[in-house]
Amino acid sequence: MMEIFSNILIYFVIVPVLTLLGLALCNNKGIKAIRTVAVVGATALVVLAIYLVYLFLQARGSGDTSEMILRSDVLWYAPFNVKLALGVDGISVVMILLSAFIVFAGVFASWKMNPLPKQFFMWFFLLSTGVFGFFISIDLFTMFMFYEVALIPMYLLIGVWGSGSKNYSAMKLTLMLMGGSAFLMLGLIGIYFHSAADGNLTMNVLEIAKNNAIPHNWQLWLFPLTFVGFGVLGAMFPFHTWSPDGHASAPTAVSMLHAGVLMKLGGYGCFRVAIYLMPFAANELAWIFLTLTGISIVYGAFSACVQTDLKYINAYSSVSHCGMVLFAILMFNTTAMTGAVLQMLSHGLMTALFFALIGMIYGRTHTRDIRDMGGMMHIMPYLGVGYVLAGLASLGLPGLSGFVAEMTIFVGSFEHTDVFRRVLTIAATCSIVITAVYILRVVGKLLFGEVQDEHHRQLTDATWEERLSTATLIVSVAIIGCFPNFFVNIISDSFLPVVKALGTMI
Amino acid sequence: MDYSQFLFMPQEIGLLFVFLLVFIYDTFMPARMGKHLPMFTTILTALYTVYAFFPCPDMFGTAFGGMYESNPATWVMKNILNIGVLIVMLQAVKWTNDDFVSVRRGEFYELILLTLFGMFLMISARHFLLFVIGLETASLPIAALAAFEKRYYESHEAAAKYIFTAVFSSAIFLLGISFVYGMSGSLYFQEIATSIMGIKSPLLILAIAFVIAGVGYKLSLVPFHQWTADVYQGAPTAVTSYLSVISKGAAAFAFMVILVQVFGALYAQVWEWMLYAIIILTITIGNLFAMRQRNLKRFLAYSSISQAGYIMLGVIAASQVGMTSMIYYVLVYIFSNLAAFGVIAVIERATGKVTMDDYNGLFRTNPWLAFTMMLAMFSLGGIPPFAGFFSKFFIFVGACQTGSVAIYVLVFIALVNTIISLYYYLLVVKAMFLRQDDCVIPYIDSHWTEELALTICVMGIIAVGVASGIYAFLNQVTGTIAPMFTMVG
Repeated sequence: MMEIFSNILIYFVIVPVLTLLGLALCNNKGIKAIRTVAVVGATALVVLAIYLVYLFLQARGSGDTSEMILRSDVLWYAPFNVKLALGVDGISVVMILLSAFIVFAGVFASWKMNPLPKQFFMWFFLLSTGVFGFFISIDLFTMFMFYEVALIPMYLLIGVWGSGSKNYSAMKLTLMLMGGSAFLMLGLIGIYFHSAADGNLTMNVLEIAKNNAIPHNWQLWLFPLTFVGFGVLGAMFPFHTWSPDGHASAPTAVSMLHAGVLMKLGGYGCFRVAIYLMPFAANELAWIFLTLTGISIVYGAFSACVQTDLKYINAYSSVSHCGMVLFAILMFNTTAMTGAVLQMLSHGLMTALFFALIGMIYGRTHTRDIRDMGGMMHIMPYLGVGYVLAGLASLGLPGLSGFVAEMTIFVGSFEHTDVFRRVLTIAATCSIVITAVYILRVVGKLLFGEVQDEHHRQLTDATWEERLSTATLIVSVAIIGCFPNFFVNIISDSFLPVVKALGTMI
Repeated sequence: MDYSQFLFMPQEIGLLFVFLLVFIYDTFMPARMGKHLPMFTTILTALYTVYAFFPCPDMFGTAFGGMYESNPATWVMKNILNIGVLIVMLQAVKWTNDDFVSVRRGEFYELILLTLFGMFLMISARHFLLFVIGLETASLPIAALAAFEKRYYESHEAAAKYIFTAVFSSAIFLLGISFVYGMSGSLYFQEIATSIMGIKSPLLILAIAFVIAGVGYKLSLVPFHQWTADVYQGAPTAVTSYLSVISKGAAAFAFMVILVQVFGALYAQVWEWMLYAIIILTITIGNLFAMRQRNLKRFLAYSSISQAGYIMLGVIAASQVGMTSMIYYVLVYIFSNLAAFGVIAVIERATGKVTMDDYNGLFRTNPWLAFTMMLAMFSLGGIPPFAGFFSKFFIFVGACQTGSVAIYVLVFIALVNTIISLYYYLLVVKAMFLRQDDCVIPYIDSHWTEELALTICVMGIIAVGVASGIYAFLNQVTGTIAPMFTMVG
């Protein structure tokens, strides 16, 4: 029982919980103490995450080729063989790293949060607890539990601290995501009861994959349940409608964390649970979901073109980019899947950067409608440059993260020789052009257009905490863009078991 | 008569002892001591709860020629009810000392203890005669309790509705029993089970339907639920909370024992499908009606109807896992629902407000009450890491263990309903946290007993899920009666 505390992974849950408790002890009025606790917690997470990357590289360097490293099991619910099973592979490591950085940037982006900063940060860290808990567990039950822990704080975070039609958006988002998890729960129960042929039922992902005992006719039912369950969170068409409303109404840091990390839970879950555990059905039914995600990509991009609210533009662009993640995962080859993970990283950072900048601009102009703004490049050059960089990353400029990710995805997808996948790939590739349209439209209008409101001329540029928040993200985007091999090396081994499981099927 | 048989029922004897002490105190103490009666009873009940928690040596066995059985499972079920009653009593201490109620406060406690005694008999009965005695003892005094706020018209209405439904459903139940008796010539559970094995007569199907209807009204399963909302709304909140968790929990425990032990052989042929339809109706109708309620007591009435449907998922599993999950679900439900009713009771006592709109902006003035209510709603809605998530998950797993596709469909319907229920539970959270209002409920200085009761509930909500030992313990306990499920077929 106690030996689990010698596993570094458990601290990714303990640290946010401790931060949460520390915040609970703060005085409601003591904004300095609240900020200090939040920053300490977020920094500790970043340090832990970097240390985890180091540990991982060391383990791989020393020839440890086991599928998951840092494994430990604690029996939790013995009657159901539910364990607190921890373990990470390359994908979870980079996801944890991404989450840590976005939590860090999010804390600084919500520096002046008002009202009730204490409660805001408490919910914020509860959300992070769920996110980190999800990535470190490999037991279906705990994964699912942490997944839901990450969902429910959104309701209050959007409802209390959001803007616009926040009541509606918060309820819509919560119910749609919880609806997804209803599918998921049934899928997981079904997987559990077919997890082993010899009756030793288990919830451990690795063991289920090893047993490979789920009958084919059950897979055909359970695969859509789990894929749709996670796909709702990954904003898969036609279950994406929570995303634009939710993101538009959420406060900045929550949009950042939600688009940056939480939507990745969907892609990660589809990969880790749906495809990995049910390769037969994945092969059989891939065409349905490929079509849906293909629609997401193109439809999201087109929708972004006609929006005038900055947050809606970015939310629809997230639908498009997250669609690309699921699309690439469904291509079932190492290249495309590598691209998918890179896209998760890239989109996570880039979209967090977008939302942070939009939040900062909105905090000054009190409007997010691009028709009411213009000439921001002269008024707030720092934010303007940040926005251009984020935009360029989004439309895939070489040197920034988007290029690496999308390039890998499309090369990988085109490796397939069948007409169906190639046609879809070509259609999806068109989204790059559409992305360029809406990004350049916003950049041209918002940053370089005419100043629409004379009051805007008095606005100030970013403060230090805003600069810190955005600089963290910009640097990360550039690092991924310039040194993608570092990340590819971490994640590349992790696809082998999945591709192998799929390969035996084809 | 062999008086050593009474040693098999230490919990009942202890309860009667508490009852007698309260009765003596109420009757013979001078009037000025009356205001200490609630505290006296609560402390006695607390001591008794602790006492009942430690099993006496050799307390498990059958007594009175097999009419009464005491086994680890009944022992645990009774303890769970004891905890619930203790919380209800803590919540009621302040209320029973109110001016309008105080003259009758003795009766409140005496009737609660007596009905609890009746529920104990229901749980332990292995003979229909004893069961009916338990059922009646547990039902009729509740009508008197519902009419406790004599000055309110609704309270009378609640009592009248309750007593009519109770009597009517008892009659139906007895008719069902008489059919069974006609076919088997016995009222012992075991003997009935063996003699009806292999019989396929319409009369038997009718008998089972009548038995389900008779107990179903206590559980407020649809379509026997019509009394629920009005009674919950009209009865004093302390009585409502007692009715919604303790009475329901006891009925659920007894229901499972009867269906499995008496009619187990007819599971697949007859009552699985009856229950199947009832569960779908109960969960769905409870949820749909709950959505439109503005009065929180009515709201929780419909919510508790749908919760009863979830509890029945454990019964339809008809397995040891199902039973464990059901007991666990009831335990969690006691904490969650009593937390919700506790908050409602505090606010109603201080301000008289019970509608959802009155709760607008409650978080600003009464953060702890709002927080407790939020935890209760999350737990009822099945949000992790609170206990309600675990109990829902396990009850679904228990049901799916039967492996039939039909049950998977049932669980899916239940899951979809979870989302609907989440919607209306979030409405309460929304009122408290998201909305603002000009006439917010001012800060309420709640009595320490109420705070203690809420604290116990909150700790239960947080701890029961995470502490896996509780489920493992319950599973071990139901393991001792596992042979009962071999008859299910």
